[in-house]
Amino acid sequence: MKARSTNAIEVLKRLVQLLLVVIGATFLLSLLLRLLPVGLKELYVTGLFEEDRQRQIKELGLDRNAFSYYFHWLWDFVRGDFGRIVLPGGGGESVSSHVGRALPKTLQLVFYTQIFALAVAIPLGIFSAYRAGRRTDRFVSYGLFTAASVPNFVLGLLLALIVGVKLEWLPPLGYVPISESFVDHVRGMVLPVLALGIPLIASYTRLLRTDVIATLREDFVTMAVAKGLSDRRILFTHVLRPSSVTLLTSAALNMGALIGGSLVIERVFSIPGLGTEIGLAIFGRQYFALQAYVALVAIGYVVFNSVIDVLVGFVDPRTRERRSA
Amino acid sequence: MNSILSIKNLEVGFDTPRGLLQAVRGVDVEVPGASSMGIVGESGSGKTVMCRAAMGLLRGSNVRRSGSVVFDGDEIGSLDSADVRQYFGTGMAMIFQDPMTALNPVRRIGSQLAESLVIRLGMNKKDARARAAELLGLVRIPDPEATLRKFPGQLSGGMRQRVVIATAIACKPKLLFADEPTTALDVTVQAQILELLSDLRRDLDMAMMLVTHDLGVVANHTDYVTVLYAGLVVEQAPTRKLFASMKMPYTEALLKSIPRLDQPSGGRMPMIGGRLPDPTNPEPGCPFAPRCPYVQDRCRKEVPPLTVAPDGHAYRCFYPIGGNA
Ligand SMILES: Nc1ncnc2c1ncn2[C@@H]1O[C@H](COP(=O)(O)OP(=O)(O)O)[C@@H](O)[C@H]1O
Ligand code: SF4
Ligand SMILES: [Mg+2]
Repeated sequence: MKARSTNAIEVLKRLVQLLLVVIGATFLLSLLLRLLPVGLKELYVTGLFEEDRQRQIKELGLDRNAFSYYFHWLWDFVRGDFGRIVLPGGGGESVSSHVGRALPKTLQLVFYTQIFALAVAIPLGIFSAYRAGRRTDRFVSYGLFTAASVPNFVLGLLLALIVGVKLEWLPPLGYVPISESFVDHVRGMVLPVLALGIPLIASYTRLLRTDVIATLREDFVTMAVAKGLSDRRILFTHVLRPSSVTLLTSAALNMGALIGGSLVIERVFSIPGLGTEIGLAIFGRQYFALQAYVALVAIGYVVFNSVIDVLVGFVDPRTRERRSA
Repeated sequence: MNSILSIKNLEVGFDTPRGLLQAVRGVDVEVPGASSMGIVGESGSGKTVMCRAAMGLLRGSNVRRSGSVVFDGDEIGSLDSADVRQYFGTGMAMIFQDPMTALNPVRRIGSQLAESLVIRLGMNKKDARARAAELLGLVRIPDPEATLRKFPGQLSGGMRQRVVIATAIACKPKLLFADEPTTALDVTVQAQILELLSDLRRDLDMAMMLVTHDLGVVANHTDYVTVLYAGLVVEQAPTRKLFASMKMPYTEALLKSIPRLDQPSGGRMPMIGGRLPDPTNPEPGCPFAPRCPYVQDRCRKEVPPLTVAPDGHAYRCFYPIGGNA
């Protein structure tokens, strides 16, 4: 009973924190827009007739002060109104329809990459810790170090060129939705996921290896050996979980870098995701659309981190005790 | 008499940057079936290393081990880590000094306890759980069902040690290594745990190696004693005989250092003056010579051999207390 109510308080606290972070981030962003070297007014309303000019200024909220502007923006944003692509004559396509098209593709890319990277890094990290200092461990470390030193857009280009163009095993670019063809969807995602995932694998493997080596020195591992369990069972049921907190936390923190990376990789592989939209918004000076995109990324980042936090509590109950203590 | 365990000329060294550290220097120990052998010595005298080496639990590329270990008629001293494991749980089991670290902090008591039963005895999950609750009752844990659902962090040190004991006896081992099972516990709990171990040993017809630095514990809970000093057996006898006629100056010094409950020493035992010799380069002569009140010239030149008196009482001293038998 008591435990449950403290849990509820925990969750509430986290939700409030989450809200504060999102509000803080988006408010800063809207302030930044006002500090752009090119004033928004010059950008969007020059060269218009006076009538259109007034209407445009009103519609974009350029006549409001920073606070009033932000709260109007926020009110619209939480109702799902992300504004419109600004055209000189007023009223372009709604930003939310762009988001609707682009976001799922980016989410897929990011999730596939995380899952792929973890699925490879976990056995690899455990194995190289188990063989620490031996030849296989050194081989793995060296290989990963090399792979991680290649920037992911170079990796992407190389993969597209070799696997896609030269060998023609997989499509070098393009995106196919699941609804159209599952197989083609997967085939299209393999190379971008590899390009984004390989550097991640290197860093995840290194983190897990360090923690597993530390866990292997614990008494409870010797105890598990003395119970007559096999090494494989000990590694996966006794060692992995208490060694994975750093890994999970780093996976959450990597979300930001991953979204940044997907911005580049989406362009390399012509995937019309949020990264591509952000790029278009920057080059097209669609700062209002950009504000909505970045706000969404911030929310995604915060939500994902919270989910991982809760997950870590289940994976390692010690972290829960520490937090409530 | 049939020995459940027979250790012959066991030597264990560790390669260290300072050279070979000789932790155990040719030890013989016989444990007659279903009896209790006490292993006594100061911290650092090699008790833990001897037990772990006997069980084949010492791993690592820096370990140098030689000698023979016969368990229940089988030579296990030369088996590798995977092969010796068939003896664990059902043949030999171990309990640890620090119950805070001997249980996996991220898994519930129930799953850790039932695990041995499922893996080693082939029980199904449901029976294993029921048996796990019985085992917790056997080690006198008040509410077994509730305890099964708890994490180690939710239990006191004494309760955790009971869980460790329950895990060790789960598969009815023939020999239990208890490595200072009460050193890390409150004084009030220590007596209860030792009592429990003695009762279990009788009920389960199990032999025990009870490691301790406290001769008082040996007097009350063992049939035989081996006194270790600097990796050497310095005195060995049936417990009654040892206390009736102590031969070794070192054992006498140990006896004088037993904490007395009637003296307000705050639980801290009076130390024997001086320190153990450096295990990486032992000086010639009797290892106890620098601290021995009876030391003579000869003691500094030759290592005294282990003298075995006709009644089986063995000691390593040129000038034993009460003279040579
Ligand atoms: N893994 C190891 N590597 C190097 N030296 C060790 C290792 N384990 C124990 N030793 C050394 O072996 C000696 C005996 O240690 P130990 O058996 O733990 O003593 P005890 O259990 O009697 O207190 C000590 O000098 C200790 O430093
Ligand atoms: S041999 Fe000499 S130094 Fe060693 S214990 Fe006996 S009397 Fe003391
Ligand atoms: Mg010890």
